[in-house]
Amino acid sequence: MLQKTAKKKAVARKDMSKMQWTLKEMKRNWVAYLMVAPYMLIFTCFTIIPVILSILISFTDFNMLELPNIVYLDNYIRLFLDDDIFLIAAKNTFVFAVIVGPVSYIMSLMVAWFINELSPKIRAVVTLIFYAPSISGQVYLVWSTLFSSDAYGWANAWLMKLGIITTEINWFQDADYVMPLCIVVALWTSLGTSFLSFIAGLQGVDRALFEAGAVDGIKNRWQELWYIVLPSMKPQLMFGAIMAITSSFGFGGIVTALCGFPSVDYAAHTIMHHLEDYGTQRFEIGYSSTIAVILFLVMIGANMLVKKILSKVGE
Amino acid sequence: MAKLRTRKHKVVLARSVGGDVGITIVLAILGVFMFLPMYYVVIQSLKPLDELWMFPPRFYVMNPTLKNYSDLFSLMDTSVVPFTRYIFNTVFTSVAGTFGNLFLSSLAAYAMAKIAFPGGKGMFKLVRTSLMFHQTVTAVTSFILMSAFHIIDTYWAIIIPAWATSLGLYLMKQFMDTHVNDSVLESARLDGASELKTFWVIAMPMVKPAWLTLIIYSFQDLWNRGASIYIHSEELKSFNYAIQQITAGGIKRAGASGAATVIMMMVPIIVFIISQSNIIETMGSSGMKD
Repeated sequence: MLQKTAKKKAVARKDMSKMQWTLKEMKRNWVAYLMVAPYMLIFTCFTIIPVILSILISFTDFNMLELPNIVYLDNYIRLFLDDDIFLIAAKNTFVFAVIVGPVSYIMSLMVAWFINELSPKIRAVVTLIFYAPSISGQVYLVWSTLFSSDAYGWANAWLMKLGIITTEINWFQDADYVMPLCIVVALWTSLGTSFLSFIAGLQGVDRALFEAGAVDGIKNRWQELWYIVLPSMKPQLMFGAIMAITSSFGFGGIVTALCGFPSVDYAAHTIMHHLEDYGTQRFEIGYSSTIAVILFLVMIGANMLVKKILSKVGE
Repeated sequence: MAKLRTRKHKVVLARSVGGDVGITIVLAILGVFMFLPMYYVVIQSLKPLDELWMFPPRFYVMNPTLKNYSDLFSLMDTSVVPFTRYIFNTVFTSVAGTFGNLFLSSLAAYAMAKIAFPGGKGMFKLVRTSLMFHQTVTAVTSFILMSAFHIIDTYWAIIIPAWATSLGLYLMKQFMDTHVNDSVLESARLDGASELKTFWVIAMPMVKPAWLTLIIYSFQDLWNRGASIYIHSEELKSFNYAIQQITAGGIKRAGASGAATVIMMMVPIIVFIISQSNIIETMGSSGMKD
């Protein structure tokens, strides 16, 4: 039946131009447009238009009060040549993303792989332990208790008791410790969607492939991982990478909650903080849009790059 | 499969004892790293005052008490805006946002997955691409648009954007691709069912795990929202924001704030425990092919 209609369509298509055919198809499927309309309308308003608007505003000096003037590339020039704090933010964001992104990705994959052969009940418990920090909202504030600036913080107390330090370290207000600590906390909350996706992907690998692999001379589980497991869950690896990269750029909230805003000496200042600073506090919307455009391009670029690297897995 | 099972000698999979031990050790270390802070939150909330300020701090509690919880509730009573109002705000926006998202995303996902119409693939690609950037990029310009729509400082500023999340549509569409059988839909259409009816009566019951996943993702996101740049009236602010205000009250409130954190985290964790197997099932089709 399906074939028949397809044939009919194909014949009909020959008789008219592509334009006419498209119009006819659109008319025939008007219900589909009705179905996507509400979602696409909101998606357009709060995702597509904001991106386009950011790009347009980034060429102006808009500040919410006066009518904007076109300033061409002035904002971009100022950002790269005349804004030292942006350069600090860019460096921190880069360090954050390069460490947290790959480490959380590999950690998610490895943990998912390690627990794959456990019995379903134990696996469910272990999954919960690893996944819980990422869904529990503000629970990461516990790190400010563990690393609090007084002697009742767990880290200070034990370091002092063991005689390693004599005075308390002001962890989240000390430029030397802020970045590493924030990275640890970010990693702690990072086993999220990609982790679940990997667990599911591993469950979906055909068991018969392992046995065939053993017959074909797969010697150890690492070979099994590389030649059998990873290639058969490539789609999940791709999806997980996108989730990991996007969130590795989005840890600004954790930094603000733990170190305050701005962080001491801008030691953990990220592009996201810079964007918030100009966009929601100084209301230099033109300039903040420039920052947003740069952040947008960096995120898309990082995703494209990783996609390319991942396409080589198992080859 | 059948062939493999009937073979006389079972194939031995390559598993060394050393590898098993190594994996167990790594897993244990990581597990402790993940679990201890969560455990510490709960322990802290049960400590009486003298144990909270004990040097060095302990990872267990000698005289567990619920006093911190009762302190939290009495602190709530002193708030200018009644605490029930904050709770209502969060529950209302979470529920309204989640159900709108579930309905609109499934409707659009069904059309994109199961009806071949010009532009459908392009729209899906657009949504998929938007998974690649974080929402902060659009926060400021969204603010401008919301001002234009006059929804700043109303519940709508939280609820409406939550109705069209990219991840929700993406997961639902992928799940429908693999779990909704085309021939079943085709026969329903031949029987004269309208597209909307086919969606609601045939397709939706087949994708229950994906609903649950969508509900949980959306709910978690909305439940954990703190202060928002779109809301400035005190009586419209979220439960999470109010809890943070209590926590910010300094060291005197260490106990109460511990109790507050436990209450906030219990909700998403319990929801996840109930729905874990469904979420994993949905994630099975989350993969991205090109």
